[in-house]
Amino acid sequence: MFEIGLAHYLSLAAILFTLGVLGIFLNRKNMIVILMSVELILLAVNINLVSFSSFLGDLVGQVFSIFVLTVAAAEAAIGLAILVVFFRNRGSIAVEDINAMKG
Amino acid sequence: MSELPNLTPALPEIFMAAVAMALLMVGVFMKAEAKTVTRTVSYLATGAMILALLLVTTFSTQAGTTFNGLFITGTFSAFAKVLILGASALTLLMSRDFFDRVNVSRFEYPILAILATLGMMMMVSANDLIALYMGLELQSLSLYVMASIMRNDLRSTESGLKYFVLGALASGMLLYGSSLVYGFAGTTNFEVMADIFANQHGVHGPSTGLIFGIVFVMVGLAFKVSAVPFHMWTPDVYEGAPTPVTAFFAAAPKVAALSLFISVMVGAFGELAGQWQQIIIFVSVASMALGAFAAVAQTNIKRLMAYSSIGNVGYMLIGLAVAGSVASGAETQQSGIESMLVYLTIYVIMTLGTFGCILAMKRNGQNVENISDLAGLSKSNPLMAAALAIFMFSMAGIPPLAGFFGKLYVFLAALEAGLVTLAVLGVLTSVVGCFYYIRLIKIMYFDDTEEALDRKVGTEINMVVAAAAIVILAFFIYPSLITDGAAAAAASLFAG
Repeated sequence: MFEIGLAHYLSLAAILFTLGVLGIFLNRKNMIVILMSVELILLAVNINLVSFSSFLGDLVGQVFSIFVLTVAAAEAAIGLAILVVFFRNRGSIAVEDINAMKG
Repeated sequence: MSELPNLTPALPEIFMAAVAMALLMVGVFMKAEAKTVTRTVSYLATGAMILALLLVTTFSTQAGTTFNGLFITGTFSAFAKVLILGASALTLLMSRDFFDRVNVSRFEYPILAILATLGMMMMVSANDLIALYMGLELQSLSLYVMASIMRNDLRSTESGLKYFVLGALASGMLLYGSSLVYGFAGTTNFEVMADIFANQHGVHGPSTGLIFGIVFVMVGLAFKVSAVPFHMWTPDVYEGAPTPVTAFFAAAPKVAALSLFISVMVGAFGELAGQWQQIIIFVSVASMALGAFAAVAQTNIKRLMAYSSIGNVGYMLIGLAVAGSVASGAETQQSGIESMLVYLTIYVIMTLGTFGCILAMKRNGQNVENISDLAGLSKSNPLMAAALAIFMFSMAGIPPLAGFFGKLYVFLAALEAGLVTLAVLGVLTSVVGCFYYIRLIKIMYFDDTEEALDRKVGTEINMVVAAAAIVILAFFIYPSLITDGAAAAAASLFAG
């Protein structure tokens, strides 16, 4: 039988993490997609933490992942709030419209 | 059941958290005009920060840990906390005038400043990856909101959005690195980690996964200190955020992030210095170069200060690179950290003073922020012009001002550790930096203008600018006031 070990979990997390980072940099359309990519990164981290925790037989990793979940919720709330006030001023959330300052 | 931990070392933090909640209640339930409420909350918050500063000097200077080793105190964290609290309190004091004038009365602003400061204090006291992450996020989340506090202003909200996206990415990187470090070291505690690395060292080198993790953690931290190549958010956020918020960003969070950088690199990963020293050297050189060259073309003074802060972070990272040169012995490593802390202190004072001057730049009651608006300042407000000239000369590194000694200590430490190239590059980029600092002085003293800036400046701003100018001028008479503290802080880091 095919055995699923730590390496598989880590590979999955690495792929999700890469997808998240690429989603932030390659995305040219919508800010919401960027917020989703940030969540994807945090979920990749959680997979990492939980699989390490189970592999090491150490609970700290799972405690850490609970903290990460909590902070991710707060982060999403603040990100959406800032996005809403930005939308009110600009009338758009397209990435190319975030250009009042050069850079 | 475990008993309640000894909370005394964390007393200043607990006090700040309680004050934040109490002031929120004051802000919500106080029956008065919005302006009066904001002013009251703002003064109370400043007072609370000063009180917390006293608490830090009373309770947090001895070495101690609490919360099961997640939270550590000592001379090093106390030094950083005093700087953070002082800088936060002064920037909060200076911001009142601005928010009164633009008619934005939000009592949430001082409360967010308190929460951000609390996050910074947690960061410098972190002794564990979890504590590090919680402190960092508490700080960052408050800062994102502060950047977009003028919610009807396009540039303020845009800077908040940019800061949020890049800050969240940085946190994600840091977190991914933390998870790898946890997995491959088997612990999240810095002290345990340092022990493990010390014992493993001779047997077999660090695993690839661990090095990956350290690199990711460094990327996240480099984002937070805005070092090249992770600086791209800095100019936009500095330019777009309201000026008092920019002043806040430039001072206290820099102290916190750099102190955290030190305590993670030297405290947890000190044994693996061979792995991370080259990265720090590269980041340092790149930051110094970009800070010097990119600032030349700027016309907005806040954007100029952003590039200046990137350059200054580059100089400070020289100190960290010195701390990473294991071959040159513990004494040299310690002098690297000491010079970095001295530079950091002087940088904070110069930044506070400069931003005081920028906050005072207004014409007909409107804030202006172009460099050309400074023309004729020497005639309309000679004292302010003199103060700004002092700060600019000091940033450029002209003796006998404090900025010169900051650079001198850092370069001397680099020479001591044999990092000659780094020191030479530092001197060269600081020569380039001279150009734009001194150009400001030329504009103030030799350019004429039809419409001078307003003469009237808020009392608080005048006080802060005057105090900062005196410290910068008189540093060479009593350098030991700062250097002794920095030396003790650096020594405590290498004692354990």
